[in-house]
Amino acid sequence: MKYALFLCTPVGGEEPGPEEIADDPRFTSYLQEVRDRDLVKGGARLRPASDATTVRVQGDEVLLSDGPFVESKEYVAGIDIIEVADLDEAIALASRHPAALGGGSVEVRPLWE
Amino acid sequence: MNDEVEEAVAAAFREEWGQVVATLIRVTGDWDLAEECAQDAFAQALDRWRRDGVPRRPGAWLTTTARNRALDVLRREAVGAQKLREVAVSTRDEEPYDPYGTYDPYSAYGPHDPCDGRYDSEFDDGSGVRDDRLRLIFTCCHPALPIEARVALTLRALAGLTTPEIAHAFLVPEATMAQRLVRAKRKIRNAGIPYRVPPAHLLPERTTGVLGVLYLLFNEGYAATAGADLVRTNLCAEAIRLARVLARLMPDEPEVVGLLALLLLHDARRGTRVDASGDLVTLEDQDRTAWDRSEAEEGAALLETALRRGRPGPYQIQAAIAACHTTAGTAEETDWADIAALYGELRRFVPSAVVRLNRAVAVGMAEGTDAGLALVAELEGEGELDAYHLLPATRADLLRRAGRTTEAAEAYERALDLVENAAERRFLEKRLAECRSV
Repeated sequence: MKYALFLCTPVGGEEPGPEEIADDPRFTSYLQEVRDRDLVKGGARLRPASDATTVRVQGDEVLLSDGPFVESKEYVAGIDIIEVADLDEAIALASRHPAALGGGSVEVRPLWE
Repeated sequence: MNDEVEEAVAAAFREEWGQVVATLIRVTGDWDLAEECAQDAFAQALDRWRRDGVPRRPGAWLTTTARNRALDVLRREAVGAQKLREVAVSTRDEEPYDPYGTYDPYSAYGPHDPCDGRYDSEFDDGSGVRDDRLRLIFTCCHPALPIEARVALTLRALAGLTTPEIAHAFLVPEATMAQRLVRAKRKIRNAGIPYRVPPAHLLPERTTGVLGVLYLLFNEGYAATAGADLVRTNLCAEAIRLARVLARLMPDEPEVVGLLALLLLHDARRGTRVDASGDLVTLEDQDRTAWDRSEAEEGAALLETALRRGRPGPYQIQAAIAACHTTAGTAEETDWADIAALYGELRRFVPSAVVRLNRAVAVGMAEGTDAGLALVAELEGEGELDAYHLLPATRADLLRRAGRTTEAAEAYERALDLVENAAERRFLEKRLAECRSV
């Protein structure tokens, strides 16, 4: 089954840069595992929520607002698409993801297939 | 004769429903279809058993009938040939149609499975256990489902309670309960919750989750005893029945056996917990001759076998505490020092303030009310139990025992501000009145 892992980070927290990620053993071991097992089918690291623009349409009018649509304590910092056998495997992977280990959370969502 | 058949069907329902549904879910992968076909098989049993006699192995008859029904439905819906083959093949391989003969249907699910290697490779989940009911119970209690859904699903799929019965038992509207069950089954399907016994590294954690669901089920029934609500108190019997199944399937897990022991020991006293007018009777004042001796003895014996394995856990310790009470001939003979020590042990596994409060009671009884009050004061200082009526109620009880009735009355008043359950409220009011009249 395919799942999306939404990698959520607390608002106001420091996001690690590319160099820090490369040096963090939690990231490197996680990345090694998913690479070895060929589990990740896609994904992206996102720029901070403050760079987001939200688009809504009312009638003919396109409404824009700055920032994410929902104000919350966490925002999505990245997305991984993984392919594993079942939810237990997806949970096992999510629970080892550095985003979960570093005080954030990972939302596991099955994809329409 | 007819009554006999009805009784046989009712007995088979209690014994076999979970097994039939569990097997049908495995072979069809469809929870609703599995329930439908199981229901249908039991309906057919009434007619057919009247005509042909009750089969020697009702479970085999019911499973085969339900499976054939599933095949019909799938054929009508013209599902892929592959699925039909799977259902048909598993029918042939696992269970020869011989319900009136000597074939033992349970051997098909046990460790000495007579099936060929195909079955092994396809269905062995690596844990060495292959009973379908075990798969079902672990899936129903999967931690990715909300706790209310776990409880409801366990009662529906495994115990065979109807949706209205479950709704009634949990005091929610039928539509709410139906929705809850639909959502849970949908999530199992869409989110890919596996239908299997968890692998060894997940087993301890998941087993704890299953035990938690059964304990919650029992407590729901136990709490309802005061209301004399039969559907709700029946939850105690269901929880015990499911714990028995689990203990039979996982005999090497002392905590599973420990939970069964705990439930039996509690249940042995259930009838004496309230008097004829529905008021609570404290342990001290309960009629010990009315306790269910056979349940208490069975619970105590099970606890022994569990403890002998040398792997204690919270359920075994709680069962040991319950056993201290049931084995005391009179309230005065209760070994409170033992109980205090057991609560101390329990704290290692369950570091909660409620456990410490219980220990304070035991210490107060064993070492004197001052020692108990000191522990209560500690908890009051921490503030975690500020909203819990039993904190002031415990203080009140210790003060009452010490003869400090004025202070006790004040504490009872605080407890009354917090209590919700009507029977407990009446009990506290009675105590308050006693303290004031001294």
